[in-house]
Amino acid sequence: MAIDLPENVVIGKLDELASWCRKNSLWPMPFATACCGIELMATGASRHDLARFGAEVFRFSPRQCDLMIVAGRVVMKMMPVLQRIWQQMLEPKWCISMGACASTGGVFDTYSVVQGIDRFLPVDMYVPGCPPRPEQLIQSIIDLQDKIQHEGTITGKEFELPSRQMRKRALVELPVISVPQIGRTP
Amino acid sequence: MIRPETLSQLTAAVPEARPSEFRGQTRVVVPRESLAAALKLLRDELKFDLLVDITCVDYLNYRDATDRFGLVYLLASTASNERVAIRVFLNEPELSVPSAVPLWEGANWMEREVWDMFGIVFEGHPDHRRILLPEGFEAHPLRKDYPVQGRGERHNLPVLTRKGS
Repeated sequence: MAIDLPENVVIGKLDELASWCRKNSLWPMPFATACCGIELMATGASRHDLARFGAEVFRFSPRQCDLMIVAGRVVMKMMPVLQRIWQQMLEPKWCISMGACASTGGVFDTYSVVQGIDRFLPVDMYVPGCPPRPEQLIQSIIDLQDKIQHEGTITGKEFELPSRQMRKRALVELPVISVPQIGRTP
Repeated sequence: MIRPETLSQLTAAVPEARPSEFRGQTRVVVPRESLAAALKLLRDELKFDLLVDITCVDYLNYRDATDRFGLVYLLASTASNERVAIRVFLNEPELSVPSAVPLWEGANWMEREVWDMFGIVFEGHPDHRRILLPEGFEAHPLRKDYPVQGRGERHNLPVLTRKGS
């Protein structure tokens, strides 16, 4: 079938076009709490140059971002803050869990450190390392771009899929033991 | 190091105080009842104007220990360059001491931290809240009978899903 089109007109699916636009202008929200944050800064700086992948505009306002990069350990007291920031971000939004601490708690297996943010938040991409090299973070952003291109729809239907709702870590979560009251604020 | 006349003034005013020395550092064990008098004397008469730190030690299962908690006040005098550690031993259920905030303003956050981590109550503290852990946390985690991984508090948080956020 031959359609006589001018050479500056391209035909594509609207879903793919929207995903193509989205993946090439990710605006990261840096939630940097520890040494991973230093690598995150290095990723955005001139040597590694995240701008090559269209994700260099770090914004500290969640309302202007669509990619949250959680870099560093998150403690119980910080988790409500993190969740609030996540809720303030506009759809469509993605989350990268950067480093061992954000993904699993890392070496901080103590009473106050959350053992992986994916217990309480939806996470799209995990980056191993302690801390990961900037190349690893760049790779995860490239992988996320692939994921957005392949799964993305213009209406965001992919976020409604049951597989995206599942809390994988909930299966291995420890049960909540009732806490006996030792002391209270007088 | 503390001068002998300073120490004799302290022991004359607080006869229950038991001073000792270790590697040039003077420490004085004071019973709980005379802590307020000893601290007031140290600040007003002996010019210990700087409260360096308040901290606590849990002696549970410690060899040869007879008391559960040791509350430590580290004091310094900027005028005479003396330093002294005041120690109070505390046992359950009497885990309360008078607050040192009226004497040293800087005791405020230190006492809140000791309350947060060990559950020692400071009577008369102007703002007796936790300082590090979130409100609603019920244990005192630096006690030796508290497990390192906690009692499940770190899993006890609301969960956000894609639909819910």
